[in-house]
Amino acid sequence: MAPRKSTTAASRKKPAEKSGLSGGITEFDKATELEAYREMLLIRRFEEKAGQLYGMGFIGGFCHLYIGQEAVVVGMQMALKDGDQVITGYRDHGHMLAKGMEARGVMAELTGRQGGYSRGKGGSMHMFSKEKDFYGGHGIVGAQVSLGTGLAFANKYRGNDSVSVAYFGDGAANQGQVYESFNMAALWKLPVIYIVENNRYAMGTSTARSSAQSNFSLRGNSFGIPGHQVDGMDVRAVHAAAVEAVAYCRSGKGPIILEMLTYRYRGHSMSDPAKYRSKDEVQKMRSEHDPIEQVKARMLELKHATEDDLKAIDKKVRDIVADSADFAQNNPEPDASELYTDILL
Amino acid sequence: MPIDILMPALSPTMEEGTLSKWLKNEGDSVAAGDVIAEIETDKATMEVEAVDEGKIGKIVVPAGTENVKVNAVIAVLLEEGESASDIGSTKKAEPAPEPAATAPKEEAKSEAPASVPAAPKAPVENTAAADPAIPAGTEMVPTTVREALRDAMAEEMRANEDVFLMGEEVAEYQGAYKISQGLLQEFGPRRVVDTPITEHGFTGIGVGASMAGLRPIVEFMTFNFAMQAIDQIINSAAKTLYMSGGQMGAPIVFRGANGAAARVGAQHSQCYAAWYSHIPGLKVVMPYTAADAKGLLKAAIRDPNPVIFLENEILYGHSFDVPKMDDFVLPIGKARIHKQGKDVTIVSFGIGMSYAVKAVEELSGMGIDVELIDLRTIRPMDLPTVIESVKKTGRLVTVEEGYPQSSVGTEIATRVQQQAFDYLDAPIITIAGKDVPMPYAANLEKLALPNVAEIVDAVKAVTYTA
Repeated sequence: MAPRKSTTAASRKKPAEKSGLSGGITEFDKATELEAYREMLLIRRFEEKAGQLYGMGFIGGFCHLYIGQEAVVVGMQMALKDGDQVITGYRDHGHMLAKGMEARGVMAELTGRQGGYSRGKGGSMHMFSKEKDFYGGHGIVGAQVSLGTGLAFANKYRGNDSVSVAYFGDGAANQGQVYESFNMAALWKLPVIYIVENNRYAMGTSTARSSAQSNFSLRGNSFGIPGHQVDGMDVRAVHAAAVEAVAYCRSGKGPIILEMLTYRYRGHSMSDPAKYRSKDEVQKMRSEHDPIEQVKARMLELKHATEDDLKAIDKKVRDIVADSADFAQNNPEPDASELYTDILL
Repeated sequence: MPIDILMPALSPTMEEGTLSKWLKNEGDSVAAGDVIAEIETDKATMEVEAVDEGKIGKIVVPAGTENVKVNAVIAVLLEEGESASDIGSTKKAEPAPEPAATAPKEEAKSEAPASVPAAPKAPVENTAAADPAIPAGTEMVPTTVREALRDAMAEEMRANEDVFLMGEEVAEYQGAYKISQGLLQEFGPRRVVDTPITEHGFTGIGVGASMAGLRPIVEFMTFNFAMQAIDQIINSAAKTLYMSGGQMGAPIVFRGANGAAARVGAQHSQCYAAWYSHIPGLKVVMPYTAADAKGLLKAAIRDPNPVIFLENEILYGHSFDVPKMDDFVLPIGKARIHKQGKDVTIVSFGIGMSYAVKAVEELSGMGIDVELIDLRTIRPMDLPTVIESVKKTGRLVTVEEGYPQSSVGTEIATRVQQQAFDYLDAPIITIAGKDVPMPYAANLEKLALPNVAEIVDAVKAVTYTA
């Protein structure tokens, strides 16, 4: 069930006609359920560990956790192929893990060590992997939307069939450059999928208090960009929308917007006590819509997996995360000479 | 083995906090994610969640305790089958907290600044090669700066399919200042892209395309409008190579008219040389002659780094000799000695050179032999050429159109006094635009800009000439 059912139902109709997105849910087979479960669990456990390491002083500065939103990146990634680019803002750990980047390299970047993806020079908000087509990791709210549109420009320029996926939050959705980018993406029919991760709060400001139109799937209307609201807590719904959006985009029809209705359980960053929402609201989300618990319950009900099977997956995931944490704590800090490298080529 | 629950750091600056409230008592069972306590940090009251599941065996730090250090044990958690009697054999909550004592946070508290290791020395700033030799007998063709810029782009676009031009009015209109004349006809709309009036957006798109490996030339109708896009230039283009640990950068050129044109008022008359030269990760080029414009723009397009290329509307129509060569490329980061001399050094760049050149002629008539250096590149700055000249002349005057505070001239003056103090025979004079927004009235505009008489007076002052 979507977190905000009324707007979902009201808004899905019109834009859906344009792009032919069905808005439905495709049931996962056993293997797909297990994959989604494992991927989401990896992000959840990784983020919990990151929070723990932050508390112990191993991770400094800002650290924005993705807990609660795991279904969005996992469902999207399952619909992408090699060569498709991903770019996002600062709540980026989940995107990197979903894109296949190593937990060790991500965690070591969080602790500012030389084994991190940016050799300790980027940090939580600034990480990249050329090899995995992950273009950051951006700390300026909304900047990644123009940059992601530029990645799509490069795809079109080269005539390849790759698509670029630009993730941004409901907060970034109010930045001016987002609409400048929408305009050009539609004008030039660029292959970019805009994912609005609507977790309801831009730091502490709710969408109701920040957005004259809080149905973000409609934000492309004046540019003729189709948009859809998707239950971002249900990985099957995300995946179904992703498959159709990717096909639309790859076929040369131009950009498309998916608004993922999702929720972050933790504060905006580690130092946010999240007093702007009620405990009941958080608890209700966790108990009724948790993306991981949904898959777990389905698998047990359909006998796709036993409790023991799931425990075994959990153990494997915990081992990966524990290994990444060990690595990230024991890996050396970057050499002092790194101060002056990578400024110019 | 029981697990220590540690006082967490809950903000970037937190070193200690108040344990304001326990929400669980000794003996209570907790699951991972349960809120067990509230802590007041330097920023807010935060909830502490349990990371592991188990039973609270002992509360070590009672509610209401102030100044609890980060990483202090605040409670002990018992795992399945354990009892309070197991406390004492605690294993440290995994991972062990000891290394945190060496975490940067703690180091920052150290009261002995002497123990902070010295930062490594910055690499030598300029290693640019000298200008290529122009073979004897090479034909010199009088060319306007406008044509030189166009030729540079056309040659590089012919040589590299990844190079494209985007900006307002660059294609159909043939360029707002006719710099891109004929490019659409030769290269077509795929590679000469008219954008909407949307600097922030198209700059971000250009930077994104460059991160994907293309070689965009982004034209700003004037650099005044690039202020709308300066976040993408600085935060995205200039910093990505560093932030990605060298994995990806932004090979991109931002070019367009910079500085005062004529009678266009405050919002359209501003020099950005000093602004961009402040930023590590950028190169900043500001040519005066057509030959430099051509050779340096070709170099900028080939450069794997983001390059700010500052042109000037008034200079567009000026004509200079350009060598007729198949591939005339100049090194970024190398100043050019425009005229050799022995009495005094003048350093300028861009349109500042046009005032300096006239002043040099006038001073020559007075018997003062000026060495005139055209900096050409503001960053990386060719300081060695300037220092060498000052060692010879002992006197320095800088000339630019930008605002006086934190100007390129004040930067040069600082470095020269640091590196050639003993050679100076007079205080350095920095001539800049006046410290005012550009006025519209013709007479006031003239007063706001540097002028030849000012330069002549400055040179006379530093040479103690009556």
